[in-house]
Amino acid sequence: MRNPVRIVIPVLAAGLLAAACTSGEPTPAPQNTQAGNTSAVNPANPNSLPRHETLYTSGTQWGPPSNFNPIREWDYATGTEGLVYESLFHFDPNTSKLVPWLAESGSWTDDKTYEIKLRQGVTWSDGKPFTAKDVVFTLELGKMETVPFHNIWEWIEKAEAVDDQTVRVTFSTANYQEWDFQLYSRAIVPQHVWQGRSEQEVLDGKNENPVGTGAYTYMSHDQDRVIWQRRDNWWGKTALNMEPKPKYIVDIVNSSNEVAMGLLLQKGMDLSNNFLPGAANLVKGNFGISTYYPEPPYMLSANTAFLVLNTTKKPMDDPAFRKALASSINTKQIVEGVYGNLVKPASPTGLLPQWEQFVDQGVVGQSGFSYDVGKAKKMLADAGYRDRDGDGLVENKDGSKIDLSIIVPSGWTDWMEAIRVISASAKEAGISVTPDFPDFNALVDRRSKGDFDMLINNERQLSNTPWTYYDYMFQLPIQKTQNTVNFGRYENKELWKLVQQLDQVKTDDVEGMKKAISEIQKIHLEELPIIPLWYNGLWSQVSNTTWKNWPSSVGNAPKTAPTMWRNWMELGGFETLTQLQPNAS
Amino acid sequence: MRRYFGRKLLVYGLTFFVAVTINWMVPRFMPGDPISSMVARAGASNPAAAETMRAYYTELFGLDQPIWQQYLNFWAALFQGDFGISIWAFPSPVSEVILGAVPYTLALMIPAVLLSWVVGNWFGAFAARRKALDNAVLPVGYVLTAMPYMWLAVLLAWGLGVVAGIFPVAGGYSFSMRPNWSWDFILDLLHHWTLPFASLFLVALGGWAIGMRNMIIYELESDYSNYLSALGAPQRLIRRYAFRNAVLPQITGLALQLGVLVAGALVTEIVFSYPGLGSLILKAIQNQDFFLLQGTFLFIVLGVLIANFIIDIVYVVVDPRTRAGMAGAQA
Repeated sequence: MRNPVRIVIPVLAAGLLAAACTSGEPTPAPQNTQAGNTSAVNPANPNSLPRHETLYTSGTQWGPPSNFNPIREWDYATGTEGLVYESLFHFDPNTSKLVPWLAESGSWTDDKTYEIKLRQGVTWSDGKPFTAKDVVFTLELGKMETVPFHNIWEWIEKAEAVDDQTVRVTFSTANYQEWDFQLYSRAIVPQHVWQGRSEQEVLDGKNENPVGTGAYTYMSHDQDRVIWQRRDNWWGKTALNMEPKPKYIVDIVNSSNEVAMGLLLQKGMDLSNNFLPGAANLVKGNFGISTYYPEPPYMLSANTAFLVLNTTKKPMDDPAFRKALASSINTKQIVEGVYGNLVKPASPTGLLPQWEQFVDQGVVGQSGFSYDVGKAKKMLADAGYRDRDGDGLVENKDGSKIDLSIIVPSGWTDWMEAIRVISASAKEAGISVTPDFPDFNALVDRRSKGDFDMLINNERQLSNTPWTYYDYMFQLPIQKTQNTVNFGRYENKELWKLVQQLDQVKTDDVEGMKKAISEIQKIHLEELPIIPLWYNGLWSQVSNTTWKNWPSSVGNAPKTAPTMWRNWMELGGFETLTQLQPNAS
Repeated sequence: MRRYFGRKLLVYGLTFFVAVTINWMVPRFMPGDPISSMVARAGASNPAAAETMRAYYTELFGLDQPIWQQYLNFWAALFQGDFGISIWAFPSPVSEVILGAVPYTLALMIPAVLLSWVVGNWFGAFAARRKALDNAVLPVGYVLTAMPYMWLAVLLAWGLGVVAGIFPVAGGYSFSMRPNWSWDFILDLLHHWTLPFASLFLVALGGWAIGMRNMIIYELESDYSNYLSALGAPQRLIRRYAFRNAVLPQITGLALQLGVLVAGALVTEIVFSYPGLGSLILKAIQNQDFFLLQGTFLFIVLGVLIANFIIDIVYVVVDPRTRAGMAGAQA
């Protein structure tokens, strides 16, 4: 004990050494990927990334980047699709048009045949040419039952490579709407690398050192980050006349809002796609942080938060009750009080602002709902829900008490506040609704089994067609567990048939789409099994210190989506990167 | 000697068995089902595909077997060094995830525990019976030791990180760095390590200093000190004898405190999002990752038991009375 230093120093040294050792592991991996073609580009392969060439992002990755597998659309490392793997088309939400990407063009040669012409001169990052065989191979991966896009083979008959640049897809049922969605969402994988992988490897494989056609290649990763490096011979430079400006992209794994905020303020992050509760103050204060709109709602809309009602339970099985409930909800208070105007109230149809042209205002005017306690009370009374015991709350038609619960995951503070508002305003109309906050996993469990009264959900994102929303709301048949769609178990065969018919309307037939959607809206608003509440934002806070020319509603700034979120790179996220400019100051 | 360690080992073995069993049980009694949330996250558009996926993963993780079978499988796999596959970091094996995190936790824990113990003891002993110092050490010590780890951590992160901008607020090393053997990188590691280390060190320091101060005062008032003093021995010498006696309860204290310190380190890691075991445990709980949770707890239980065992040995070495006692028992 007399000489403590003697003991402490070696221990200290050993500890730090050990830390350095393990974190040293990921380094050797990337070298082999780049050996093929990028070796000339960056011989230095620096250990320390220069700030002015690096873009720091976060807000997408919640777990460690543990796979680079584009089939795992829900948890692949940020950028796996978009930066490394690319799709045949992109979709531009501003013009509602498919933008040719790996494909040069695509067209229906007859009602049930789609032909895709591929670009010349596209190469994989290992130098091999990209051909029609890769596209066919990727689509055919879907024949494996556990691959998430397995269902396309229920309506596709066959896909064949006519020649190296041409793919012909023949359909048994032409689901035009869904096909367009597939065209821009499917990441094309290289046949020469993926061939021979078993179903388990395809679904669960880590796919280390991914070989893609995209503008970036894998550089390194650790538990809390993934680093991508630009591929300077990317085909898009000549074919699209585009070049993403950051040489390196570092995506930081989310830990907490505080950390994200701290990094933003310390200028260590350029693009934060986290939901930061006080974002409005960040924009107004002089922190050098901006959002898409300089004024409310600050963010573009990304998805709709719905109040899902369990239509198999009383009294939610009664459309009159559901409509009264909808009228009792003070959405304005949620938007202003809970979110500080970071979100917008939703249209009664739930369709995102980008789909405004498909909202039939006539139908909304006739059967839409709005916050009106008096009306809600009257609707309840008219439908036979009366307060029999004088406690200010209505009872079921048979006199039994109504005591509903509404659930959101514990810890999702904005939603927790929102359902408190819903509960309070429903009580004013005489409906007893109690907020409850189970753990996320418990909630998912109850949701899939149908063991709930009401919950909030926003799992469908913006897409090329409102069909994806209607598929989410009304899909049939009801399974034992409803994992991703129609949580409320609403069964309406006529409506589902209309949704399927919408799927078979050609995507350039806007009038036809409007007509089909109007019919769906009419039933939706009359039955109201699922109540649209507000539009969640495409959360995005950007800093101008290193990169400028971020998308914004102001002036001539780009109008693309400022995000790295999964499945959004094809909706403008990648284009955003190509429009950035280094901020020299 | 052999009987002493034999008995100790038996107790440790039993503790290990019970702790591991409990930590196998607890996550399984949590509400919810990890496979459901995994499939829900996958968001397969087609319900039939989701159902296939669900069946596939349930089988992959062995969750379709009866619960006693799962328990037996767990022990069998454990002895083969197989902790299973992480659900949160799917498809990485748990052992790989943990091994990536352990060095960070050790680099934080070992120096914090030892340094705070050594410095705290030294300082407490030094301050005892020195009026001015004592008056300062006592209140500061009490404030420090009563401070929750995470609260001090948050203060440090906010003050020195966000406001002053001297230290980084997150991560094990800069996001602009790639691990390599260079001074830049090692300095960067140290830079990120400083704040989490400081918050652990400071809180633990207060407790040890107060403990030692009290012990020294007690020892200085005992008969042998008075006797030495009466004989005219120099104060230095008396203090040295007092220190040796006073340090023994502190060693026992270290063994007892170890669990608390580990818990503190876990919370501190979460505040600084330092990539150690603490952050892993939080994620494992949030994602109901049974296997990762089991794995991390197993590591912590093992770590605490091993540390306790080492302390037992140290005790035998530093306290001659234990050795004498054991020799007596054998004779």
